[in-house]
Amino acid sequence: MSIRLATGGRLIDRNSTVKFTFNGKSMTGADGDTLASALLANDQMLVGRSFKYHRPRGIVASGAEEPNALVNLGQGAHHEPNQRATTTELFPNLIATSQNHWPSLEYDIGALNGFFARYLTAGFYYKTFMQPRAFWKHVYEPFIRQSAGLGKAPDPETRDPDIYEHFYAFVDVLVVGGGVAGLQAARAAGESGAKVLVLEQTAFWGGRAPVDGGEIDGLSPDDWIKKTVQALEAMPNVTLRTRNMGAGVYDHGYVLGYERLTDHLANTRGPRHRLWRIRARQVIAATGAIERPISFAGNDVPGVMLASAARDYLINFGIAVGRKTVVVTNNDDAYRTAIALKKAGQDVPVVIDAREFGGGALMQEAKALGIRVETGRAIAKVKGGKRVTGVALCAMAGGGAMVEEIACDAVAMSGGWSPVVHLWSHCGGKLTWDDEQSFFRPDSSKAPTGADGQAFVVCAGAADGHMHLRYVLQDADLKGKGVAVSLGCDRPQTTLPTAPDSVETPLMPVWLMPANAWDDLRMKAWLDFQNDVKVSDVQLAAREGYESVEHTKRYTTLGMATDQGKLSNINGLATLAASLGEDIPNVGTTTFRPPYTPISMGAIAGEARGEIFQPLRKTPLHDWHEANGAHWEPVGHWRRPYCFLRDGEDVEQAVHREVLATRNSLGLLDASTLGKIIVKGPDAGRFLDMLYTNMMSTLKPGKCRYGLMCSENGFLSDDGVVARIDEDTFLCHTTTGGADRIHAHMEEWLQTEWWDWQVYTANVTEQYAQVAVVGPNARKLLEKLGGMDVGKETLPFMGWVDGTLAGFPVRVYRISFSGELSYEIAVPAHLGRAFWDKVLEAGAEWDATPYGTEALHIMRAEKGFIMIGDETDGTIIPQDLGLHWAISKKKDDYLGKRAQARSHMTDPERWQLVGLETLDGSVLPDGAYAVAPGNNANGQRNTQGRVTSTYHSPTLGKGIAMGLVRHGPDRMDEVITFIGDDGETEHKARIVNPVFFDPEGEKQNV
Amino acid sequence: MLTFECPCCGAHADETELHAGGEAHIKRFGPGASDDDFEGYLFTRENPKGVHFERWRHVNGCGKWFHAARCTMTMEVFGTYPAQTFQPPKDLLDKITEKRPGWSWRDLS
Ligand SMILES: [Zn+2]
Repeated sequence: MSIRLATGGRLIDRNSTVKFTFNGKSMTGADGDTLASALLANDQMLVGRSFKYHRPRGIVASGAEEPNALVNLGQGAHHEPNQRATTTELFPNLIATSQNHWPSLEYDIGALNGFFARYLTAGFYYKTFMQPRAFWKHVYEPFIRQSAGLGKAPDPETRDPDIYEHFYAFVDVLVVGGGVAGLQAARAAGESGAKVLVLEQTAFWGGRAPVDGGEIDGLSPDDWIKKTVQALEAMPNVTLRTRNMGAGVYDHGYVLGYERLTDHLANTRGPRHRLWRIRARQVIAATGAIERPISFAGNDVPGVMLASAARDYLINFGIAVGRKTVVVTNNDDAYRTAIALKKAGQDVPVVIDAREFGGGALMQEAKALGIRVETGRAIAKVKGGKRVTGVALCAMAGGGAMVEEIACDAVAMSGGWSPVVHLWSHCGGKLTWDDEQSFFRPDSSKAPTGADGQAFVVCAGAADGHMHLRYVLQDADLKGKGVAVSLGCDRPQTTLPTAPDSVETPLMPVWLMPANAWDDLRMKAWLDFQNDVKVSDVQLAAREGYESVEHTKRYTTLGMATDQGKLSNINGLATLAASLGEDIPNVGTTTFRPPYTPISMGAIAGEARGEIFQPLRKTPLHDWHEANGAHWEPVGHWRRPYCFLRDGEDVEQAVHREVLATRNSLGLLDASTLGKIIVKGPDAGRFLDMLYTNMMSTLKPGKCRYGLMCSENGFLSDDGVVARIDEDTFLCHTTTGGADRIHAHMEEWLQTEWWDWQVYTANVTEQYAQVAVVGPNARKLLEKLGGMDVGKETLPFMGWVDGTLAGFPVRVYRISFSGELSYEIAVPAHLGRAFWDKVLEAGAEWDATPYGTEALHIMRAEKGFIMIGDETDGTIIPQDLGLHWAISKKKDDYLGKRAQARSHMTDPERWQLVGLETLDGSVLPDGAYAVAPGNNANGQRNTQGRVTSTYHSPTLGKGIAMGLVRHGPDRMDEVITFIGDDGETEHKARIVNPVFFDPEGEKQNV
Repeated sequence: MLTFECPCCGAHADETELHAGGEAHIKRFGPGASDDDFEGYLFTRENPKGVHFERWRHVNGCGKWFHAARCTMTMEVFGTYPAQTFQPPKDLLDKITEKRPGWSWRDLS
C-alpha cells in the first residue's frame, strides 16, 4: 500500500490540508500535491481501467508522460475528460472520476474483454469489422463508438464557461524547460543581452535535479536552483514563466506555449489558459528525459511504477508507493530509488538487476545499506490483480522459469532513459541512435532550419543525451553561449557551474524480460499502457509482414493514444526491430507531432468565440432593422433582414405581405450590402472588358449595364450592375458576399497579369448606404421627396443620375431586380439612417413597406433572374443559364472565354436553366433531383436535372421554381419527376419559361 | 507558420497577414490557344521537392502581390521580389545556385 510518510516532501505543505473527491469518495491531500500524489497518499492504487481490455491500472509516472491516470475533472459545464492526475495540481474541492469503467472502477464489465484477449490482437479492428456489410450500421459502429475514445465528452448542450486568450511574444531566445539545463542555458544566453523567454511546464523550477541529488558549485541542487532563478529574475531581458508548456515548434521559429493560469486554483477570475504565439530567433529545448518501463508480464498491475516516479513521490511529496518495494532495472540510476526508499525507512526486498554483473558505485552503496541485489535476474511476472502482491524472480536469460517468489506491494522499474526530443523533431530535426546509452538523441548535423536556412533549435542537457549532472550543466552552458553568439551577441562570460564527476556502469538494453519470455508472459507484457498494446501484438504484426514502423504503429495502435507513446515508443520500436531481425536505427522512428501533450480547445480558440468569433458587419440601417422586427439572416459577415415580423406574424406571412406590398404599391430594401467597387483609369474600360463577359467599354457615362464575371475556368463567379460614372470611371456592383472576393480578383489580375495597365480599384462598399425604392409608386415617392427630375425621359431604365432628394446628396440608379419600377438610391453612409427615415415618412401614404432578402429572392425568381449561389455552384457557366445575351461575341478575350470553348463546356448534354411548375401548385423541394429512366453504374437512379431555386409566389399564388434540366429549353411543357428529401416521394413538375411574371417587362418600363 | 518579407512595403509578415497564391510565372493562354497549352496553363503545376517559385499576397497589409523563392523541403526562403516580372531577378537565381547547386525549376536552373 502507498502511504504518506511522517516526514519529507519538498513540494508540499503538510500543515495545509486540501479536501477533494475521487469517484465520490472524500479524500485529503496537502497543499502542493498533484492529484496523483494525493491519490497515492490515500492508498488509491487503482485509478482507471485500460482502454481495450479494461484492465485495472495505477499511476505509472509522475509527469506529462503518465499513460494511465487520466481522469474526468469537474462537473457540469466545467467537466473535462482525460486530465492527467500527475500534472493536475490539487486544489480545494477538486472533483475527479475515473474513466473507462462500468458500472464501477472496482467491478467492471468491460474487463471481460480481457478474457477474449487472444481474439483482440493486433489489427483486430481491421480483421473483425469487415463483413457482412449490413452489420456496420447496427452492430459494428455502435460497438466501436462505445469502445473508442477515452473518457466522456462534455455535454454538447453546455458551453465552456471559462475564458481563454492568445498572447504574442517575440524573443531572441526561447528556452523550453526550466530544469537545471534550461536555467543554465537561459543564464548564459541572458548574460549576452539577448531577449530570453523561459517556459517551464510545471509549477516549480529545477526539474528533477533535486530528486536525483548531487551537488552544484558546492550547493545542493535546491539551493543552486534558487540562486540561479533569482539571478535570472534580476535580468530585465529575461522573462520566466511556470505552468507554461512549450507545446509545439513550427516553421520559421514559430512556437506555441500553453500556459495554465488557473487550473490549480479553486476559485478563479481571468483567463484559464493562455496560448502563447511565440516567434523565436533561436529555441533551446532543455526538455529533459523520460524513463522507460520494462516489458515483463504484469508490468501494468497497479503498484508497478517507473523507478524515477517512485523517487519523485518519495522526495517531492513524502509518499512511499509501497511498504515493500521491489526495484527492477537494467541501469544504475534505479539504485537511487532503492537507496532513497531505504533511507526513508522503507523495505526494499530486492533490487533485480538484469545485468550479469550488476552496476557500479550506486549498487555498492545500496548493498552497503543492506539491500539484497540479484544480478542477471529478471521478473518473470508480477503477481496480483488490482494491486501488486509479489513478483516471480527468474533468470534474465531464459523463458521465465521461476526461481523464487518475493512478496511486495510495489515494483519500481527502470529500462533506461530516453531524451525528450519531441520539440527538436516537430519541425524536422533528425535523430541518431546512441548505441551506448540505447536511445535516440538529436543529430546536431540535421537540425530544424528556419527561413534563412540556418538551424534554429538546439537541445541542451538530458534532451541532447547528456545524462549526468556534470555534463548536463556543461552542455547547457555551451548551448546557451553558442546561441548567443549565433545571434551576433558577445560571447557571455558566465562561469560554468561544476558538479562532481560520477561514473556509472552502462545499461544493458532490455526490450523483453526475461530475454526469451514464453508466449503467455509476452501476452501480458505491456508496451503501450494507454492503448493496451502488448509485446505479442507487435510481434504478431511483424509476423504478418509489417516492416515499417509507421504501418505497425497504425496496425497495432502502438503510440497512438493521447500520450503519443511517450513511454512506449522506444520499447515498441525495439520489439519490432528484434522481431524483424533488424537494428533499431534501421527500423527508424515514428514522427513526433505537436502538441507535446494535449492542449485545450479553449486555448486554441482563444478569444474567438460567441459574438467575437467573427466580426459582424452592420449596414447604416442595422439598428432600425433591429428595432423593427428584423428576422436576421447571415450573409457573409453581414446580417440582413430575411423579413420584418409585425405583430403576430410568422415568417411566411411576413414575406407574403412584403412581396404583395411591393408589387402593389411600394417596397423599400436596404441594399447597402451590395458590393461597390470603383474602377478608374485610362485603361478601366479595357480592364472591365476582360473581367466581364459583356462589353463594358462601350457603356456610355450615365448608363448602367448588367454584367457577368467568370473565373478563368469559365465558371460564373459573380454578377451585378456596372455604372459608368465618367470616361475614366466605372462603379461595379457585386453580390453581397462577393465584394471582397471580387475586389481581390481585380487586384490579382491588375497586379500580376496586366500590371502595365493604368487602372486603380477601390472597394467603397461601406462608404454608401443604398436604399432600393421599388414598386408602382416608387416614382411618386421620389417626386414627393423632391430635388431632382426622375422622370421617364430624364432617368430611363438602366440610367443613373446624381442629384438631391429631400436635401440629401444622392446618386439614383434606375435598375430593377424585381421587375418593378425601381430606383436604387445611394447616399453617403453617415446620412443613410436619416435618409431612410425620411423615405419611410414620405412613403407612408403608399404604405411603404420595408422588405427583406426572402421577398427580394421571391421577386427575382418570379422574374426568372438568377442568383449567384442558387443557380450557380462553381460548376455552372453562363451558357447553362441562358445568359448568352450577356456574353459579348465581339470581344477577342475575357476571363473564362477560352475555357467556355472546351469540349465539355459546349456539350449539348449540359443541363440548362428552365422554369418549373408543379401540377398542383405546390412548392418543389429545394435541391431535388429529377429522375431519368434506368440506373447508373452504382445502382442509383439516373438523373436529368435538379431544382436550383424554389418558392411559393405570393404574386401568382402557386409554387414556382427554377432548375437545370438536360435539354431543358427544348422540352417546354414536358412533365418530369423530382424526388423529395425522403428519396421516395415523387413530385411532378412541368417545364416552363423561367420568367413567370410580366415577361414583357411592362411594369419596370413606365 | 511561414514568414516572408514583403518586397513592396518591407514588412516582415507571417501567414496570418499573407495569402498563398500558388505557382509563380505562369503564362496565360486565352482564346485561340491549343487545348494542350490551355490545359497546361489552367491545370498543370510544378510540385517540386526543393526550390519552388510561388505567388503570395500581403493581403492583410499593403495588399500587394509578390513572388517568393522557397525550398519546399526545408522552408528556407531564398528571397522575395515584386510580382510585376516574367522571371526571378538574376541575383536571386545566383543565390539559389550557391545554396542548391544543380537546382532546376521549369526552364530555370
Ligand atoms: Zn506589404
